[in-house]
Amino acid sequence: MHQYIVKRILLMIPTLFGAAVLVFFLMRMIPGDVCELRLAGTGSTFDPQALTLCQEELGLDEPMFVQFASWVGGFFVGDLGTSMWTNQPIVSEIALRFQVSLQIALMATVVSIVISIPMGIISAVKRNTWADYAVRAFSIAGIAMPSFWLGILIILGLLVTSQAWYGVPWMPPITYVPIWEDWKVNLSMLIWPALATGYRYSAVATRMTRSAMLEVLREDYVRTARAKGLIEKVIVNRHALKNALLPVVTVIGIEFAFLMGGLVVTEQVFNLNGLGKLFVESVSNHDYTMTQSLVMLVALIFVVTNFIVDLFYAWLDPRIRYS
Amino acid sequence: MSSGLKTFAASVAVTAALALGLGGAMAAETPKKGGVLKFVVPDEPPSFDGHRETTFALIHPIAPFYSLLAKVNPENSSDPTDIICDLCTEMPKATDGGKTFTFKLRQGVTFEDGSPLDAKDVKATFDKIIFPAEGVSSARKAYFVMVDSVEAPDASTVVFKLKYPSSAFIPALAMPFNFIYDDAKLAQDMHWYEKNVLGSGPFQKFERQAGAFIKGTASPNYYEKGKPYLDGIEAIFAKKESLRVQAIRGDRAAIEFRGFPPQSRDDLVKALGKDITVQESDWNCVLLITPNHRKKPFDDVRVRRALTLAVDRWGGSEYLSKIAIVKTVGGIAFPKHPLAATKAELEQLAGYWPDLAKSREEAKKLLKEAGIPDGFKFTLNNRAVDQPYKIVGTWLIDQWKQIGLAVDQQVQPTGPFYDTLRKKQDFDVSIDFNCQSIVNPLLDVSKFISAERSGSQYGGYEDAEVDKLFDAMNQTDDTAEQRKLMRRMEQIVLDEKALGFITMWWYRIIPHRSYVKGWNVSPSHYLNQDLANVWLDQ
Repeated sequence: MHQYIVKRILLMIPTLFGAAVLVFFLMRMIPGDVCELRLAGTGSTFDPQALTLCQEELGLDEPMFVQFASWVGGFFVGDLGTSMWTNQPIVSEIALRFQVSLQIALMATVVSIVISIPMGIISAVKRNTWADYAVRAFSIAGIAMPSFWLGILIILGLLVTSQAWYGVPWMPPITYVPIWEDWKVNLSMLIWPALATGYRYSAVATRMTRSAMLEVLREDYVRTARAKGLIEKVIVNRHALKNALLPVVTVIGIEFAFLMGGLVVTEQVFNLNGLGKLFVESVSNHDYTMTQSLVMLVALIFVVTNFIVDLFYAWLDPRIRYS
Repeated sequence: MSSGLKTFAASVAVTAALALGLGGAMAAETPKKGGVLKFVVPDEPPSFDGHRETTFALIHPIAPFYSLLAKVNPENSSDPTDIICDLCTEMPKATDGGKTFTFKLRQGVTFEDGSPLDAKDVKATFDKIIFPAEGVSSARKAYFVMVDSVEAPDASTVVFKLKYPSSAFIPALAMPFNFIYDDAKLAQDMHWYEKNVLGSGPFQKFERQAGAFIKGTASPNYYEKGKPYLDGIEAIFAKKESLRVQAIRGDRAAIEFRGFPPQSRDDLVKALGKDITVQESDWNCVLLITPNHRKKPFDDVRVRRALTLAVDRWGGSEYLSKIAIVKTVGGIAFPKHPLAATKAELEQLAGYWPDLAKSREEAKKLLKEAGIPDGFKFTLNNRAVDQPYKIVGTWLIDQWKQIGLAVDQQVQPTGPFYDTLRKKQDFDVSIDFNCQSIVNPLLDVSKFISAERSGSQYGGYEDAEVDKLFDAMNQTDDTAEQRKLMRRMEQIVLDEKALGFITMWWYRIIPHRSYVKGWNVSPSHYLNQDLANVWLDQ
């Protein structure tokens, strides 16, 4: 097991290096740079000298391999440098957003688990009944509806209904307050995006839970359990569910990693100052250093999450042993 | 009429009344003290140095922390020529044949840290803007080409000496980016203000959460006694336009100072009725069409003239103003400025003729003469921004279709868009824009001078005649003469040589919560943003 863990950790290095090479060179293939954007403001009085000065300040005049070596070198010693757009340390810019994204990801994951597992079980156990059809319709609608669109509907719904009922339109706060400072404001802001993303996320997990449960419920050991006279509740919850959870855990793990950096539009819809919003802004500002660091962070989150999910398999299914 | 429509109609009537100046009684209300003004800003500034940056995203959250030497009159901000003192005591009359301006400064003004603000700070500020040291970036150096030196003979006097008399100097001086900095800080580090905020404006105690907000509180030492009225300000960054509109509707923010499209205005008025007030203004931003003179057949004046003759600006104004932030038909100078062309003068120019059918016939004739076949294809390079770029671009394609041209639109994000204009230079025809802060047509039209001198004229033409006219009008303080020269320049640029074209000038629409008082719309989203006069009627 220890050998396996060390091997997996070592395998992360080429994966992350590959991501670093890709993002570094792909970003530079996009025409234009951060300096051109900074000087675009009024569309007039463009000063080529100011452009050159800006490019020199940011090291964009250096050969590409020198820039790459400098960035990768800094990355290995934990120095991500400064944002080319704001000139602020990248670590502090990301740290600020990380807590927002982490809270949303956790809340959406909880929403998803609370919805998907019971519904998936019901759908499988009550196969081809109205309950199954209702769950399937609910989950297909969740997959079909983008969470940002659902977010827009939620905001509009809140505005319209609050105005109709109380005479004053209400919408969630648009500036983030940490939960330890004011939990009411924090939750009144984050519960809505958590519901919007959690619903979509739950839709995938519900379908996965249903199909995994259906498969497990056909297994011999389940039939044996029934033949032994065990009650259905015990069969489903203790014997079938644990084995059916393997693919569900994989889905939840991947979706969690995705939520950490992938809520690009939803974060903008709710004005959440998270990693997804920062991602979009850094790409559109051609902020190479920030984009590179974010890609590396998300790649790291994916790699680590996959690793944890793999370890989790062993706990769920004692037959799985790594060597 | 349904109750919703009645509310909408009533609201429109109220806002129209305001626009017509019938809100005089309201303007006379006594300001109330207190409250925090929350406003939304679409972008976050790259740094906090006004001298370096060019975006309104810096002005909206940062301008309230700083003073200027002179500024547009906040009580009369719709008048582009009304410039008043901020730190100076009286707007000076030029001496020395129009070449010397002597400013006397207010006494007792201090920066937030308590250090006194005097003439050496003003000199250091303008030296940084006009004569930046090596390694220091100044975005507005070109606006001060007429300045020879800045002197501070004593603590309360600043003297600007010009190389030649120029009416463009005072407006340039009053640009809202010219924050007055502490010379001691600049002496320590010329880049200090990029990461720090320390001013003498109505607000202080700068607080920032990256990507989220910038906050400030009222300065107790502000030199205009009794101001600011607000206890504080909070600029909330919100990229999505729909969210900014909803934020005003849900009262998470009271105002957005850049401007919304007409549909958003109508939605807010419909939803909030008397709780929303709309202020509107002509906007000192213009969308241009730039043919690439380096490429055939756009090097041919007949083809370029045909392109402008095909465009129905008068009709377009009527229809596009319902869906986009464009409205005003104008020439090369801001339409409400004394140097701008009148409607009668415009109607003499190609593309502005009142008879559209005649104009398009002439366009077809010119294309035929130039050997351009029916159905000739070219690509319009455009910026991937809906308002108003993509809307106007799509409209232009239809306009050109009317004279037998088949145009594709290539829409690019801002970075690649500028890369095409500045580096690749391989476009056929491109949309471009000119968006200025202070209304200063004498310098704003530098967009149309030779590419080598302008730096921002992407058509790639050189024209000595236009350059000569530009220099001549910038070196006289005779308004009648300036106007004559401007008309001639306009005729050459837009008609005779069809060097580049104007589509329409933008139109600024600011719907805000009715409890926001003391803020008046101006012809630019960069102006009148120190918020010293703003108060909340709550």
